[in-house]
Amino acid sequence: MAPLLEIRDLHASVGDTPILKGINLTINAGEIHAIMGPNGSGKSTMSYALAGRDGYEVTGGDILMNGVSMLEMEPDERARAGMFLAFQYPVELPGVGGMSFLRAAVNARRIEAGEDEIDQLEFVKLVRAKAKHLSINDDMLKRAVNVGFSGGEKKRYEILQMALLEPVLSVLDETDSGLDVDALKIVSDGVNLLRDPARSMLVITHYQRLLNHIVPDYVHILAGGKIRRTGGKELALEVEESGYVGIDDAA
Amino acid sequence: MAATQETIDTLEEATGKYKYGFVTDIESDKAPKGLNEDIIRFISAKKDEPQWMLDWRLKAFATWQKMESPDWAKLDIEPIDYQDIYYYAAPKSGEGPASLDEVDPELLKTYAKLGISLDEQKVLAGVVAVDVVFDSVSVATTFRGELAKVGVIFCPISEAIRDYPDLVKKYIGSVVPVADNYFSALNSAVFTDGSFVYIPKGVRCPMELSTYFRINEANTGQFERTLIIAEDEAYVSYLEGCTAPQRDENQLHAAVVELVAMDDAEIKYSTVQNWYPGDENGLGGIYNFVTKRGACRGDRSKISWTQVETGSAITWKYPSCILQGKDSVGEFYSVALTNNFQQADTGTKMIHIGEGSRSTIISKGISAGRSQNCYRGLVRIQPGAENARNFTQCDSLLVGDKCGAHTVPYIVSRNPSAKIEHEATTSRISEDQLFYCQQRGISTEDSVSLIVNGFCKEVMKELPMEFAVEAQKLIGISLEGSVG
Ligand SMILES: Nc1ncnc2c1ncn2[C@@H]1O[C@H](COP(=O)(O)OP(=O)(O)OP(=O)(O)O)[C@@H](O)[C@H]1O
Ligand SMILES: [Mg+2]
Repeated sequence: MAPLLEIRDLHASVGDTPILKGINLTINAGEIHAIMGPNGSGKSTMSYALAGRDGYEVTGGDILMNGVSMLEMEPDERARAGMFLAFQYPVELPGVGGMSFLRAAVNARRIEAGEDEIDQLEFVKLVRAKAKHLSINDDMLKRAVNVGFSGGEKKRYEILQMALLEPVLSVLDETDSGLDVDALKIVSDGVNLLRDPARSMLVITHYQRLLNHIVPDYVHILAGGKIRRTGGKELALEVEESGYVGIDDAA
Repeated sequence: MAATQETIDTLEEATGKYKYGFVTDIESDKAPKGLNEDIIRFISAKKDEPQWMLDWRLKAFATWQKMESPDWAKLDIEPIDYQDIYYYAAPKSGEGPASLDEVDPELLKTYAKLGISLDEQKVLAGVVAVDVVFDSVSVATTFRGELAKVGVIFCPISEAIRDYPDLVKKYIGSVVPVADNYFSALNSAVFTDGSFVYIPKGVRCPMELSTYFRINEANTGQFERTLIIAEDEAYVSYLEGCTAPQRDENQLHAAVVELVAMDDAEIKYSTVQNWYPGDENGLGGIYNFVTKRGACRGDRSKISWTQVETGSAITWKYPSCILQGKDSVGEFYSVALTNNFQQADTGTKMIHIGEGSRSTIISKGISAGRSQNCYRGLVRIQPGAENARNFTQCDSLLVGDKCGAHTVPYIVSRNPSAKIEHEATTSRISEDQLFYCQQRGISTEDSVSLIVNGFCKEVMKELPMEFAVEAQKLIGISLEGSVG
């Protein structure tokens, strides 16, 4: 069986600047991989390249989900195929009501699957139930998407969307940054609820602390656009103690 | 609500671009092409009008002949050959059917296609009364009996001229004088139909009133005239919708709408304008040259205009308020969306005369394709308007980089106690927002529609609920092909 995600020698540029310089990574169904690395090493760039964002041009290599190349797919097609990106900086959508936004996202998948649109009442119930787990109150659900949310609220809102969309592959880009201790616990619990033998996650973080809550199967260190080291959970501890000194040289 | 649900369904079913581009094959009764006194006499005779009305028209025609087409708007208009237009076209089956049973079935089918049910039984009692204007005549007005019980008059204006001449005589041309502008003079000479609404003192109209305008015949102009009067403490909410078939040549629509609100009266006037906009190369489409004005004559009276303008090749329209009454209130909420080669020059005038009069202007302009979208507004505070207030907010959103957005606000204050605030922004639909939506699985087009509808939210929420749903879908449809 093909792995859930396979990144083969991925090269990507922003404008004329090459950022990713040959990334190889295989994630099997059910696995959680963590990515750590210095600021500017290309972690977010990698998540955008996976999601197919405009302006993040793949110049070489391939991205396969369940053995199928995603390179020709539009961002929304990749999303409907089961790829979810929890943004490092979630975007505000002024005037766009949270509920209608979430419903549009859910219905887009249903329509593609040839199903009926979700019943309005049923949907409200579903969202409320999931929101409760993440300590998101009704007031927040009524507001425009991310508008005026605090940093921590935005991150919880990302996880709410993830919980609703039940993606096959979730890429969490620094979801732990800016969270207080309680929120970190809430978010991690939310993420752990989604752990499933059929789902995989790629967790980008700077802090070992998160990995105590969301325990990864593998930890990778990305530096200078390449994965320099791969190890188990203990690699995160090592990084926490001695930083990234010396890692660049390993290449 | 059956009528609106059908509209939504119609919109949802449709996949092409302009959804109302079909032509109804119906026998029609037309006056010869061209404009002269005989044509005006013909129209007046067809409508069985009294002499005073004919005289008024002829005088307006003489006035119009001395005027010149305005060229101050930011519009690029092909010269119009006024002799190449039919000024009167009516479905043969009738000049004002007495009841719905007499309405040509083809017509009923047309309106069903447009999502308007003229079958009173099918509509939940007491929701929306509809007046339907097909080319030059009103073909059906629903719920008239129900309304008559509370003293509300809702009928085609041609009928009002015959049945309520004193009311019509008193108010017609009193808010928009014949010579106000080139198109109001033209309309005054040749107007064919439109709605008349009269709400007596102290009556809150028990349902939404609505008129649906449809141009069907080729080379036909539509010149409707609407007159709404709200006596002391009266309230009415009125909705107007418009569509036309898809044709290669431009068609002229030059309407005049007059509103009068007396003491403590309130008129809420909402428009969803979706005339045929022309094709993606700018061929065809309606010229929408409209004069809409409301007079807040009474103290504490209020007139509120809400418009969603997505159609027409060219829109030239400034729904305005003359705030005469003490503490009177004028509001203008507008969404104007242009795509492809559409042009819109729209805005409002708030003329503050009364002490303590207040006005609010919220304008959202969206330009896509190669379109041009201009907000043009005037806030004028007269010397007697002590403590007048105005708040204006004009936001423009650009979709793509070949379109244009322009804001031309005029402010004239003759009273130092006035407070006038003006805010304006121009932004582009951001790649961040688009990607965020797409990453949730929402298609590019739906993402654009979501973001644009979010941008218009403040205006959309002013529309009656059912209309708002329709307007939201319309915005999505009108933006098709604008991104990606
Ligand atoms: N849109 C852009 N335009 C120009 N340079 C960019 C752009 N996006 C990313 N870069 C550059 O690419 C490099 C990698 O950025 P990226 O955001 O992927 O880093 P990161 O590993 O996520 O960093 P952090 O830990 O700070 O989030 C940086 O040098 C950054 O400046
Ligand atoms: Mg980053």
